[in-house]
Amino acid sequence: METHAHEATHTAAHTEHHHHEHPSQSFVEKYMFSMDHKIISKQFLFTAMFMAFAAAIMSVLFRLQLAWPGQQSSVMHFFLGDRWAKGGVLDPNMYLGLVTIHGTIMVFFLLTGGLSGTFANLLIPLQVGARDMASPMMNMLSYWFFFISSLIMFISLFIETGPASAGWTIYPPLSALPQAIPGSGAGMTLWLTSIALFVVSSLLGGLNYIVTVVNLRTIGMKMTRLPLTIWALLITAILGVLSFPVLFGAAILLIFDRSFGTSFYLSDIYIGGQALSETGGSPILFEHLFWFLGHPEVYIVIMPAFGIMSEIISINARKPIFGYRAMIGSMLSIAFLAFIVWGHHMFVSGMNPFLGSVFVFTTLLIAIPSAVKAFNYITTLWKGSITFNPQLLFVVGAVSTFISGGLTGIILADSALDVAVHGTYFVVAHFHIVMGLSAVLAMFGGVYHWFPKMFGRMMNKKLGYWHFWLTFICAYGVFLPMHFLGLAGVPRRYYTNDAYAPWAKLQDINVIVSIFAIVGVLSQIIFFVNFFYSMSKGTKSAQNPWDANTLEWTTPIVPGHGNWEGDLPVVHRWAYDYSKPGKAHDFVPQTVPMEEGELDEGEHS
Amino acid sequence: MIKLLVYIAIALTVVLLFQLMRIYQLSSEIKGKNIGMANEKDNRSQGRASLIFVLGFFIFLIWLIVRFKDDMLPVAASDVGKTSDNLFMFNWVIIFIVFFITTFMLFFFAYKYAKTAKNPTAYFYPHNDKLELIWTVVPSIALAVIVIYGLSLWGKMTEKASDNALNIQLYAKQFDFTVRYSGADNKLGVTNYKMIDDATNPLGMDSTDKSGWDDVVVHGELHMPVGREINIQCNARDVMHGMYFPHFREQINCVPGMSTYMHFVPTITTDSMRTIMHDTAYDYILVCNRVCGSGHYNMFLKVVVDTKAQFEKWLATKTPQFDAINKRSHGGAVTMK
Ligand code: HEM
Ligand SMILES: [Cu+2]
Ligand SMILES: [Cu+2]
Repeated sequence: METHAHEATHTAAHTEHHHHEHPSQSFVEKYMFSMDHKIISKQFLFTAMFMAFAAAIMSVLFRLQLAWPGQQSSVMHFFLGDRWAKGGVLDPNMYLGLVTIHGTIMVFFLLTGGLSGTFANLLIPLQVGARDMASPMMNMLSYWFFFISSLIMFISLFIETGPASAGWTIYPPLSALPQAIPGSGAGMTLWLTSIALFVVSSLLGGLNYIVTVVNLRTIGMKMTRLPLTIWALLITAILGVLSFPVLFGAAILLIFDRSFGTSFYLSDIYIGGQALSETGGSPILFEHLFWFLGHPEVYIVIMPAFGIMSEIISINARKPIFGYRAMIGSMLSIAFLAFIVWGHHMFVSGMNPFLGSVFVFTTLLIAIPSAVKAFNYITTLWKGSITFNPQLLFVVGAVSTFISGGLTGIILADSALDVAVHGTYFVVAHFHIVMGLSAVLAMFGGVYHWFPKMFGRMMNKKLGYWHFWLTFICAYGVFLPMHFLGLAGVPRRYYTNDAYAPWAKLQDINVIVSIFAIVGVLSQIIFFVNFFYSMSKGTKSAQNPWDANTLEWTTPIVPGHGNWEGDLPVVHRWAYDYSKPGKAHDFVPQTVPMEEGELDEGEHS
Repeated sequence: MIKLLVYIAIALTVVLLFQLMRIYQLSSEIKGKNIGMANEKDNRSQGRASLIFVLGFFIFLIWLIVRFKDDMLPVAASDVGKTSDNLFMFNWVIIFIVFFITTFMLFFFAYKYAKTAKNPTAYFYPHNDKLELIWTVVPSIALAVIVIYGLSLWGKMTEKASDNALNIQLYAKQFDFTVRYSGADNKLGVTNYKMIDDATNPLGMDSTDKSGWDDVVVHGELHMPVGREINIQCNARDVMHGMYFPHFREQINCVPGMSTYMHFVPTITTDSMRTIMHDTAYDYILVCNRVCGSGHYNMFLKVVVDTKAQFEKWLATKTPQFDAINKRSHGGAVTMK
């Protein structure tokens, strides 16, 4: 896939480049160890797409098992072979391995590395008016750490003892003791190594994004004129820089416990007929460290999606985003609160109940700015003049899932109710809808929207519509019914649920879910075909195909090194002057000077 | 061989799809259509699709509720569970109101304000401070009510158990739960993980602690008397386990190296619940709800809520662990130092 992609850009680049570019640059320098933010953005996108593809196949495999438990399946055997699917029946250890790696890839590799990596790299320089990132070298390293980290995670699927299997949250002692589960052997070592490298990548990237936004804005690009995409990516990067090191620390301590006999997380354990010598550690310490990253992490996932949603809704509704400043304010307060709510994942951990109460309070506080965002999106559509490009559908879908999933968060935030559904499919439904779907839909929207900027060509809209509706309907088809499993008390991470009679009756739900899941995954073929076809053969893009105001549409159609030929653009207004009364067009690019007496809306809205 | 065929089939399909797209694109370009950007016809049809979607979405949700409502957990069988169910209902009402209104508005606006000849321009409306204040303050008030209501229950759930609560221990290991009743003194003897011996002393009870002498260890079932507060001490031997009682709406983790606690009053006996459910085989259950290894999905314990008399009768049939050990190893009286 990598090479294919590169060849394609290669052709596109050669037919359309018409500017300063070192003719001596070899293929390797230009497309592999490139320091150009636009190439790096594509590298992130392709790597993430590959990883997500693998993770999606995993989800099909475990959904097959859940809908038709223990049935022989040639699909299962095709992918897992005799080692993990003897006779086509999935091994229970591999079931856990699959859900663990699926979750890890989707959260970290697709929605953190992939989403931020793609759009921060592509958009930050282009939308703030910079020639590249502050440190192109660090940027390149950020990608290559991400690549190696992805590679290690992927390879861990193929080792003899299987991949890490303790869930994406890798709670010790399970993750620390190979005696407890085979996946905690070499698989877990690879998982921890991969994530440690991932953190390095994320820090290199994040610091770079922050510095670039703070220092390299072009003349006139005040903070109050930044597009919300950039605000979102900036806040995301800050969250990442502050929280990922804690995950790194947690992982290092776990590595010590696993390999060097320390007992940070281990205490009084008897396993495999043996009493271990470790005492004095606490698994709860790990939970605190993990969720101190883990909760900000979910906002690291959703913030870039917020940015993309704001931008695309505004452009396609031909209206300014409603409440620009409220949008920034809500993102800032979400970012602040994101650091003081982690305990809501730990209501059943045995931590002090008073501490639990505090986390109930802070968690419900964070629902307020979230609600404001949803209302503002809806109001932006109100009295718009909406162009239904595929990306608009995707972000409307993302707003819908954000609402649906956010609302069930209110139940989970109430500790007294959480204990009734914690660890069940209700939680699985909640976070897939609010985080998984919203972010994936927004990411798709972003790809459709900025595809012309990446490749100079358009994607096919008809296929885009098919892709959207199938994906969206299947997405709800998968996750709505899961709430009911959760309300019946069915725990997550169970290989089958038929051991308890009242749950066996719910098998219908599992069948519905799995069918939607399989159709949903298959409908991504539409996207892949559209994407790879259009990349090399699609209709050529116009200069500013969506009539947008932001700076990226003032560069050449396929920008070369340095982005703008000649001087950098100068900014005179905010990014959301759509359908402004008294203007000739329904959009006013940021580079157009203010007329006498015109209001700078970014200062007021 | 089969693998190879699968790969070839996939490759051919991709080539075919690419060719189809090529033909479609060329024919559209000849007709002068832009296949990348939405036109008025798309706006109308996709707008309509949005409206149809939201209606279908609501119907699907309502169908799910009607179809599966009887398969949800039955009425809560504990004191805290009852309050919990009320709180649940209260939250659901608020959530559904907000859900239906906002979701409908979202898709309805998309439909209504599609760009067409009738609606060619948008209304420039960058902000409205009053509106924004309203939808910050109203949710805040609603959430404040939810917090207060919720925390009052949380307080009740997590306060110290009353003195006359029945003390029992639940001990989790891969992949089962063991129960220990505290005997006549209602006090659990101390344990030490180094004393664990699977054959004779699976919980690692310390024989020097007299309060443990009358403790009764039971495998395979948890019995509780109805109407009396139960105070459960949870421990784990190897990895973390989760102790989840869906019917009592209670849950806590069992963590190696520390004790966690939960208490509640069972309010409905198993027999009564069977009547309520019209199912003579219906049982309460305790499930492990923290992934703990390959057998996690099989880690259950049957739970029986008895009347007081039934419970006492049942417990009387069990012998304290130390009696059993002594009978086996010394064939005689208990000798403890
Ligand atoms: C209204 C806002 C929200 C509230 C009140 C809320 C509340 C909660 C609570 C209390 C939990 C813990 C449930 C449990 O484990 O029993 C939870 C889980 C989770 N939430 Fe949310 N949430 C909200 C929004 C979000 C958003 C925006 C995201 C991501 C973008 C998100 C992602 C997650 C994830 C990933 C988990 C589960 C992690 C796991 O156990 O594997 N939530 N949420
Ligand atoms: Cu959280
Ligand atoms: Cu378990």
